[in-house]
Amino acid sequence: MAARTTTLPTMRLSWWIDDPRMRRMLLRLFAAALAVFIGIPLLTLVLWSFAGEWFWPNLIPTQWSLRWWQEVLENPRVTNAMFLSFTIAPVVTLLTALVAIPAGYAFARLDVPLRRTLLLLFLIPNAFPRIGLYVSLAVLYYQIGLIDTYWGIVFLHMIGTMVYMTWITTATFRSIDPHLEEAARDAGASPLRAFFSVVLPLATPGIIVASLFSFLASLDEAQGTLIVGTPHYITMPVLLYTLISSFQRPVAAVFSVLLALPSLLLLIVAQRYLHSEYVAAGLGRV
Amino acid sequence: MAEVDLRRVSKVYKDTTAVDDLSLHIKDREFVALLGPSGCGKTTTLRMLAGFIRPDSGQILIDGKDITDLPPERRPTAMVFQSYALWPHMTVADNVAFGLRLRKRPKTEVADRTEQMLDIVGLRGVMKRYPSQLSGGQQQRVALARALVLGPKILLLDEPLSNLDAKLRVRMRDEIRRIQQELQITTVYVTHDQEEALTMADRIAVMDKGILQQVGDALDIYDQPATAFVADFIGSSNLLNGTLHLVDGRALAQVGDIRVPVDADGVVDGAPVTISARPEDMEVLRAAAPDAFRLDDPRLVNFGAYKRLLGRHPTFGQLEARVPKAFRLGNEPVYVRFTRARAFTTDGKVPR
Repeated sequence: MAARTTTLPTMRLSWWIDDPRMRRMLLRLFAAALAVFIGIPLLTLVLWSFAGEWFWPNLIPTQWSLRWWQEVLENPRVTNAMFLSFTIAPVVTLLTALVAIPAGYAFARLDVPLRRTLLLLFLIPNAFPRIGLYVSLAVLYYQIGLIDTYWGIVFLHMIGTMVYMTWITTATFRSIDPHLEEAARDAGASPLRAFFSVVLPLATPGIIVASLFSFLASLDEAQGTLIVGTPHYITMPVLLYTLISSFQRPVAAVFSVLLALPSLLLLIVAQRYLHSEYVAAGLGRV
Repeated sequence: MAEVDLRRVSKVYKDTTAVDDLSLHIKDREFVALLGPSGCGKTTTLRMLAGFIRPDSGQILIDGKDITDLPPERRPTAMVFQSYALWPHMTVADNVAFGLRLRKRPKTEVADRTEQMLDIVGLRGVMKRYPSQLSGGQQQRVALARALVLGPKILLLDEPLSNLDAKLRVRMRDEIRRIQQELQITTVYVTHDQEEALTMADRIAVMDKGILQQVGDALDIYDQPATAFVADFIGSSNLLNGTLHLVDGRALAQVGDIRVPVDADGVVDGAPVTISARPEDMEVLRAAAPDAFRLDDPRLVNFGAYKRLLGRHPTFGQLEARVPKAFRLGNEPVYVRFTRARAFTTDGKVPR
């Protein structure tokens, strides 16, 4: 932190920015606001999922119960959906990584013609209402027999996850000094060897973040899955929609907690990993 | 034995010629500095030697073997990068041992060689550290050890000292030279710092705008610059424009209304020339004299062991002369005269 200068106090409107205490306080305020706006709804969900009886104006449920959890977990439709969701998401992530990592590297390093255009092309599925895309995809799926199949859903999810992965990995590879790779070549490594020994380890944090996003995006996808997966392939979020419409609030709450749990766990794991010293060195550009 | 031969090497980028028809022979165990301002093509030349850039034309030979088309991993060269390019996810020992492990050398040999190399560069006891935990000078030494551990035929250094502070730079300069002498390794050293080049190298290759201007030892380049660029870039020179006349077999340059005796090789009578004179080749007079001219706004800059007299001339512009440290300026006018100067053709061509 730069030492504060002792010039005469010429008042500026942004004086408080210079004050470290003020800055710290604002930061805390911001964190608190985040916690309130994100935490309280989540907490409410958790409370609802364990609520036996909860009437207005009580702040917390008046009776606690595991009834809803039991109801949800004993329902074969739910367990099937969970099983399906958790088998689709990793496959989607893995397949996306297999395509997006080389693609990101190519975008970052090689002089791919029309690089900018191609990168923008990846964004197109996100630029329009998804639902239109899904409907036309469903039509295509009917023709080639992918409708209502496991792989049909996987490919649909990949449309979205490819975007995250390619953009994040491109940025990650870009941040790695090309000289590091050249040094490996100079020491006798083939291009492939240099990639696996130097570039990939340094890109790991970025790739993990990208994979995390992909995993969660796949886990969360409902619109498209509903269109191409029904009636046999019902994932968790699709089922959640049905539950919401049948208006059993505590059941929906249990479900939401179930859906949120993997995200939370993964984030905690990722955060721990991303904070390790090795990554700090990797990103800190010696 | 490790000789390098660059034969008519050129590299053209979209709109600029980075390296223009460069030929250079580097002898076994020689320390050659590629010196020039940024953008002169020196780094491109080095990267062509390392194999990171393929020349558009010409050949690169090491010990008579054409390596122009070999990728970096198959060349007997090792490079020290300006940014050091140490792998941040590996310890110092792993950085140094990387190349040895790639070559599947036995474990004990890898450990021994790594330790020995770190010893040579004066870095013991940091083997287990990560590059980010080292100082700039230490990182520099690791980079050097990593390059040397494979026993390359040619050591390539790309402005290795530019990220260090002045004191450390001088120390590392001597250190690199010592290591080079100790290992008897042919070395190519890229720098924009003439002091580095003059103090470290056996021979200096001065480049400008992709063109090799002159190759020679420090004395040659200082005393007998081949082009006006070299005269100006190495040390300092007063540059003036004039016309060359041959009078009784002696070359005289007519600059404004004065005449300057010059050394001129390969310049024809009546040709426009650029003449260059070192500050120490200027005589300072207290009174007007033939072929001397008055210096306006004279002022002195003290360099400790000597002083520099700076001043202007209405047509020649800024000029400087070296004077003894006892020199004082009075109120009377100051005149200067060129005692020795060199004339160069103004087309910037390099005489061959």
